Amino acid sequence: MTKGTVSGVIANMVTLAVDGPVKQGEICYIETGGDKLMSEVIKVVGNDVYVQVFESTRGLKVGAPAEFTGHMLEVQLGPGMLSKNYDGLQNDLDKMEGVFLKRGQYTEPLDKEREWDFEPLAKVGDEVEASAWLGEVEENSQKLKIMAPFQMEGKAKVKSIVKAGKYKIHDVVAVLEKADGTEVKVDMVQHWPVKFAMTNYKEKPRPFKLLETGVRTIDTFNPIVEGGTGFIPGPFGTGKTVLQHAISKQAEADIVIIAACGERANEVVEIFTEFPELDDPHTGRKLMERTIIIANTSNMPVAAREASVYTAMTMAEYYRSMGLRVLLMADSTSRWAQALREMSNRMEELPGPDAFPMDLGALISNFYGRAGYVYLNNGEIGSITFIGTVSPAGGNLKEPVTENTKKVARCFYGLEQDRADKKRYPAVNPIDSYSKYLEYPEFAEYISKKINDKWIPKVLELKTRMQRGKEIAEQINILGDDGVPVDYHIVFWKSEIIDFVLLQQDAFDEVDAVTSIERQEAILDLVTEICETDFHFEHFEECVDYFRKLINLCKQMNYSQFQSEQYNDFVSQIKAMLAA
Amino acid sequence: MATAFQKIYTKIGQITKATVSLKAKGVGYDELATINGKLAQVVKIVGDDVTLQVFEGTGGIPTNAEVVFLGKAPSLKVGEQLAGRFFNAYGNPIDGGPEIEGKEVEIGGPSVNPVRRKQPSELIATGIAGIDLNNTLVSGQKIPFFADPDQPFNEVMALVALRAKVDKIILGGMGMTNDDYYFFKNTFSNAGALDRIIAFMNTTEDPAVERLLVPDMALTAAEYFAVEKHETVLVLLTDMTSYADSLSIVSNRMDQIPSKDSMPGSLYSDLAKIYEKAVQFPESAGGGSITIIAVTTLSGGDITHAVPDNTGYITEGQLYLRRDSDIGKVIVDPFRSLSRLKQLVSGKKTRKDHSQVMNAAIRLYSDAANAKTKMENGFDLTDYDNRCLDFAKEYAGKLLAIDVNLDTTEMLDVTWSLFKKYFKLEEVNIKKEFTDVYWNEE
Repeated sequence: MTKGTVSGVIANMVTLAVDGPVKQGEICYIETGGDKLMSEVIKVVGNDVYVQVFESTRGLKVGAPAEFTGHMLEVQLGPGMLSKNYDGLQNDLDKMEGVFLKRGQYTEPLDKEREWDFEPLAKVGDEVEASAWLGEVEENSQKLKIMAPFQMEGKAKVKSIVKAGKYKIHDVVAVLEKADGTEVKVDMVQHWPVKFAMTNYKEKPRPFKLLETGVRTIDTFNPIVEGGTGFIPGPFGTGKTVLQHAISKQAEADIVIIAACGERANEVVEIFTEFPELDDPHTGRKLMERTIIIANTSNMPVAAREASVYTAMTMAEYYRSMGLRVLLMADSTSRWAQALREMSNRMEELPGPDAFPMDLGALISNFYGRAGYVYLNNGEIGSITFIGTVSPAGGNLKEPVTENTKKVARCFYGLEQDRADKKRYPAVNPIDSYSKYLEYPEFAEYISKKINDKWIPKVLELKTRMQRGKEIAEQINILGDDGVPVDYHIVFWKSEIIDFVLLQQDAFDEVDAVTSIERQEAILDLVTEICETDFHFEHFEECVDYFRKLINLCKQMNYSQFQSEQYNDFVSQIKAMLAA
Repeated sequence: MATAFQKIYTKIGQITKATVSLKAKGVGYDELATINGKLAQVVKIVGDDVTLQVFEGTGGIPTNAEVVFLGKAPSLKVGEQLAGRFFNAYGNPIDGGPEIEGKEVEIGGPSVNPVRRKQPSELIATGIAGIDLNNTLVSGQKIPFFADPDQPFNEVMALVALRAKVDKIILGGMGMTNDDYYFFKNTFSNAGALDRIIAFMNTTEDPAVERLLVPDMALTAAEYFAVEKHETVLVLLTDMTSYADSLSIVSNRMDQIPSKDSMPGSLYSDLAKIYEKAVQFPESAGGGSITIIAVTTLSGGDITHAVPDNTGYITEGQLYLRRDSDIGKVIVDPFRSLSRLKQLVSGKKTRKDHSQVMNAAIRLYSDAANAKTKMENGFDLTDYDNRCLDFAKEYAGKLLAIDVNLDTTEMLDVTWSLFKKYFKLEEVNIKKEFTDVYWNEE
């Protein structure tokens, strides 16, 4: 293997003089004071190789030796990853010793000694290609497929496969024979370079299946679909993380991968304190059993921050190849972009807008492009739904990360400072936010079958009413309460009903935090009924009092168990008010 | 400090206002050096060209100055003797007391493994309702005051520090005026709290680049008491904007491309490294904690500037002070202030109705703000508007003002009494289970 010696150090960018060939993106280890520092090649100029070090470079000296590995940054994929807490380079954080993260400490992502109950799926003589399902093991009640090597080229025949029984991850479970007679031994572990997308599927159609999140402002107003993409930009303090956690708790997915990318450590702690206690609303099992956390918190080395989102996406692709529905959340993609900026700055590249690297847009769109709903080669279906948060500098959405993300993500959940200040949570702006999926005929057809064919027209009607309500609110602000007809107040208060009853939701209330689709249907119908009722008031104050009372009743309804006695009681009180 | 074996370099190739460069071999990144006795740190190595950042500034350094590399990163001697002492940015005593004997620890050490943290869950009571009721502080939290330079943030911080039940208070002063330094010293000594205080001071009279060391010094001391002595430690950092200004001076001298507001592109990571030292350890690791309360001064209340903006994304909330013209007192602004960890304690360590009461009060206070705008624009006010305005005035005076000192249950009772005084039941929008209990209570 190629060797190198350190010739320069600027923070975490190190230059090496090398004695042989290196490839772009190759991993090498630099030795200093007994520690081996993992690094990645980011630029080559003649004999000088620029690497970004994934650790602190304190004390590193010119002349320190480096050894190249021949491979790019890659992850190990296999059974045993669920409910794990990894760092951005797939080190198992629980296996690390001591309170503090020690430099140069790398731990095994998978457990080599654990035995799995393997069930063969393929038979001797079957013709298979890369990623074909050969067998399965069960982890946390999830059937995980053992697949033919992802990198295998062409077709091969199954020469032998082991019988059902207990095996460890590195035991050979099948032997494949290629046309030229070469044998491929298959164990349960795959390796994949994280920067490359897995394309081991037949087709990637437009996604159309509603992904339930239990959050009304998403499911009813701006739905996301299985295999869809969305992003949540918002200034700090508008509830990005609360919304992301709500989605990851409640979404109807088989696997949830959370990439905490350059964010607060306490937020990660919240996940691994609460998720083991909480139940998955769809299966009743503990949430942690379906969750993987990739934690590169803001104080962890910057270069590994960029790696963390790719590590998370690669794991998602691995599970998608097994026909599972994966939800991937990245908080926050702006931190990843900033990590790129720091490196680009140290390499003295000419900067693009806001000093970000010029290829930022391309990187973001390639990354979002890896999500999707796919038909696998064996006809099965898998999906990666990706939702990223964006932390725009100064809350200004006209900045490179938000703008480039907007070009590729199909759902936009814009969090608004003004709504957050008024404690109207979730602070998703109901007018600017959108879901392109509402316009997909495939989606409309799916919803007609799953719920009913009135659903989408009702939603669109409410959206128009919100818009109208906002316009009237502005007029009232200019002309005064007495300066507009009472009818205007009615239109305004109808939009307030939509806001208070349907859109606002208390993420910290046991009942209100998650709303089933069935219940969302009931709310949508009720709100529509209120909006379609004709009201007559003599004076605007009468109107205001009436609607305040109505909103209060609806809120009490939202806080009650669905279809409980208390709930039904509030519903009949509301109906009585409407009839009066 | 040079020993017989250390090589002394005497040929400096380049001098800027903050850095010097010379040819040297065998130098480690981040390593300290002395240049004619002035402390400096390695910030760039290219071949045998080494660039050093000189903390005191480069004024008076000749091209033939003696440069000695010390073979270690900046460090602090830690021990129980730190308690009650005042130090400069290098960790040397400035109170006339003896040098500290103890273990020498490199500052800016590694971060805590996230899986070794505990979720913060202990309330820090301050008696100030704008904080305890609306933006409860939790041990292990990091939260700054966003304040204009003329606001009394240092006074509020000192008050919070003295009322909070903590084992140690560590003050990191960056670009602090001499007057403020004496204010803290006197306040703490008058309160009889000097034995709990440790201070690292860089005043406006000291060189600007020196203050880059202050947060790491303060947090290294904090980690000693939290990790090894299992104590609850409160760290006060004032003012982080001065710290960021020094970062931009150094990066500018090193010809780095600035990003927003002439700040270095790494500002987010630089600030995060400091704030993320806030931690709650689990019982298995001794149960100590580090809580950070910082100050970020704003220019004209602009929070979109790179320093407050990046800070807001790192810290767990922020507190704003504002002068309320209706009551003529400084209040903790309920709209923009936020403690992200409050839900970990409110209703759990405090009475169950805490979050609903808090939210309802803030919503009504916001209705009052709307009514005020209406009034200023010359529109007629409704009866509801007038009641909101009266409520707001009393709410600000009895609860939001920083001179309030109540426990949280008293704060909740006061809020309920104001609700009943000014509003109808359906106007407060609180869950029935609470109104059933507290609305009719005398």
